[in-house]
Amino acid sequence: MATVVLLGKLADLAGAPSLALPLPLMAELGWEGLKAALPPALAEAIEDPRVRVAVNGALLANKAKLQANAGDEIALLPPVSGG
Amino acid sequence: MRDIRLLDRMFIPGTLIGPFTNANPGLGGVCTFVGEVRSDTGVEALELSHYEPLTLPGMHELADRAFARFTLMGLLMVHRVGLMRPGEPIVCVSAAALHRRDAIDAVDFCMDHLKSAAWFWKRELRDGQWHWIEPRAQDHSDLARWQA
Repeated sequence: MATVVLLGKLADLAGAPSLALPLPLMAELGWEGLKAALPPALAEAIEDPRVRVAVNGALLANKAKLQANAGDEIALLPPVSGG
Repeated sequence: MRDIRLLDRMFIPGTLIGPFTNANPGLGGVCTFVGEVRSDTGVEALELSHYEPLTLPGMHELADRAFARFTLMGLLMVHRVGLMRPGEPIVCVSAAALHRRDAIDAVDFCMDHLKSAAWFWKRELRDGQWHWIEPRAQDHSDLARWQA
């Protein structure tokens, strides 16, 4: 299982601040696999180039190269709010 | 003296400034900025969410950059998260230095970065409905001031 943490308005799209993704112990989750596992509206929203992704607290330079495993925490980070 | 914090409840900036100033003996100047939740029409509350693994480490990196860029003796950076009402303090940045320009510029630098590049998401309760606050063009131009 992997945990997906949703920040800002992405939490509204998911209907919860975090989601648990069933993930077999040895399987690796990539970007396309993640999108397929999420509700369609959320999967579409995270394609926005301004949405960043962190795995276990480390920001990915390129979210398309996501490689997550069971036990990982994947955070989906929309653009931060201004003043 | 370096004091970087996230707080999840109401704070009184005055109670932070005195001890901060005293912790930097020999300073030549202190500059302090306090931001409060604006009483915009219809706004009943503001909620700030953050992401623990990124937000506080990001504030520490910002403090590192301020110390590298300005000649500082001390830096205090305190930011609220959670639910706030209009009039409540949301952020307090204070810089102590031998000379005023470093203190003033360090506070300006930290505020521009906290407002536009720190990991906070805000939403407002207006007329009983929550609205997410989107980034503004002004935030990017504020940041651009420091990219020399």
